[in-house]
Amino acid sequence: MVFFSYLISGISLGSVYAIIALGYTMVYGIAKMLNFAHGDVIMVGGYVCYCALSYLNLPAIVAVPLAMIACTALGVIIEGLAYRPLRQAGSLAVLITAIGVSYFLQNGAQLIWSATPKNFASVVHFDLPESMTSLGLSSEAIVTVAACIVIMVVLTLFVNKTKLGKAMRCCSEDKGAAQIMGINVNRTISMTFAIGSALAAIAGVLLCSAYPTLQPTTGSMPGIKAFTAAVFGGIGSIPGAFLGGLLLGIIEAMAKAYISTNLANTIVFAVLIIVLLVRPTGLLGKYAPEKV
Amino acid sequence: MSNLLKVDNLHVYYGSIHAIKGVSFEVNEGEVVTLIGANGAGKSTTLNTVAGLLKPKQGTIEFEGKNIVGVPAHKTVSHGMALCPEGRRIFLQMTVQENLEMGGYSRPNSEIESSMADVYQRFPRLKERYKQIAGTLSGGEQQMLAMGRALMSKPKLLMLDEPSMGLAPILVEQIFDIVKELNHSGVTILLVEQNARMALSVAHRAYVLETGTISMSGDAHELAEDDRVRKAYLGES
Ligand SMILES: Nc1ncnc2c1ncn2[C@@H]1O[C@H](COP(=O)(O)OP(=O)(O)OP(=O)(O)O)[C@@H](O)[C@H]1O
Ligand SMILES: [Mg+2]
Repeated sequence: MVFFSYLISGISLGSVYAIIALGYTMVYGIAKMLNFAHGDVIMVGGYVCYCALSYLNLPAIVAVPLAMIACTALGVIIEGLAYRPLRQAGSLAVLITAIGVSYFLQNGAQLIWSATPKNFASVVHFDLPESMTSLGLSSEAIVTVAACIVIMVVLTLFVNKTKLGKAMRCCSEDKGAAQIMGINVNRTISMTFAIGSALAAIAGVLLCSAYPTLQPTTGSMPGIKAFTAAVFGGIGSIPGAFLGGLLLGIIEAMAKAYISTNLANTIVFAVLIIVLLVRPTGLLGKYAPEKV
Repeated sequence: MSNLLKVDNLHVYYGSIHAIKGVSFEVNEGEVVTLIGANGAGKSTTLNTVAGLLKPKQGTIEFEGKNIVGVPAHKTVSHGMALCPEGRRIFLQMTVQENLEMGGYSRPNSEIESSMADVYQRFPRLKERYKQIAGTLSGGEQQMLAMGRALMSKPKLLMLDEPSMGLAPILVEQIFDIVKELNHSGVTILLVEQNARMALSVAHRAYVLETGTISMSGDAHELAEDDRVRKAYLGES
């Protein structure tokens, strides 16, 4: 019974990682860059939702899409202003820029919302029967896992069946060839950031609903974990992000429960290192991540 | 005959490397024109520049009378030109059918199906393998896919960059037969080749490119008889 409740918490945490990891993996797959500011977009999503809920008293059904729209715009702006001018530059320049953007967002959030943690009210409002809560199930966990599954399915269909999704796969393989097909590569990369950032907003809202403290650094640890999950599953691979996120969440929950709360992160990263030693491309990956 | 493509005094650089040094040539409607030359002469650079992948430092590229210098690569295809690039560059992780769909990216969805039927008719082998991942096709099939993909945009001008590269002699013949057929069906062709003998045999006119400049040009059959061409490009003494 206790094991089951740990498993639930691992799966729900893992689902959040998976949603964030999708953003990393899509951007890496298509733009071939690591967007280290991705975690901080989660935090911005959390704050926008918080403001809409607490200051404007909007219902969650409005606040969440608002956060998604804000993050989508933010992602597109970050890509256009910070990364697009560096398209021909080396990966180190892009990486440093991404770290810069990350600090910029954290400090910007601190200026606007102060460093004092906010108490985020969960956006999930339904009660579960006693029989389910006694198993360790929470309404947040159910919504999180459901959201993750829906996102996975929709994204897979989008990438495989739609014209834009196929254009993204072309850009991921060969940008020059994609261009001579008539694909606007810059616009496709921009769309990728838009989708990743909208997902980050969802992840932010779900994360803050489950762990209700919101502060400017809220996104950074989940961001790093999700990046780990993306590499673990195979960066560039959408099912890989899903698998990596879930496994990472479960490993983390189990490590916390049975080994040590303090060592949980160490164990998570140790597992990553071992997986990468055995399979440098990650569990389902095609690309070996660049050494950065 | 009217000019479909007219390139005038083209200069292209890679950083400080001056790869194309004042190249001029033209392709008339209905022609097969070939650009031959040794490795590194600048053939691919020329085609890539026409397609918009590279920006010339100087010169004009007129397509149907319009200067298209500065038109980004993703827009040149809708002007009516298609490039089948060196090394094929098909999307290896996509299926045959998806590759063809991407070739028709610039066209309205309603026209894709009929273009695809045309391509499948020309390349029945592709139809048999429409679900196969392109990376698992044989070299010859990949070349057919690359050509089929370029044809999906219904181009007026088809630019082929070394379509015979790496193929067995029998396949080379087949590719050149297809080039001839395409031309007969009304497609104007600009062909870049290392296999000068074959290229000169299917082309109407030819240009010889030497380290970034045109050294000779004229009727393809006359050039094939020229002593310098025979020595340098046809391996005859
Ligand atoms: N990306 C690049 N950066 C720097 N120099 C380049 C680049 N691409 C080509 N070059 C140089 O430009 C010149 C022309 O190259 P190009 O590829 O156009 O030749 P080519 O005639 O197509 O040769 P091949 O028959 O081998 O394909 C060569 O000297 C080559 O080294
Ligand atoms: Mg070449």
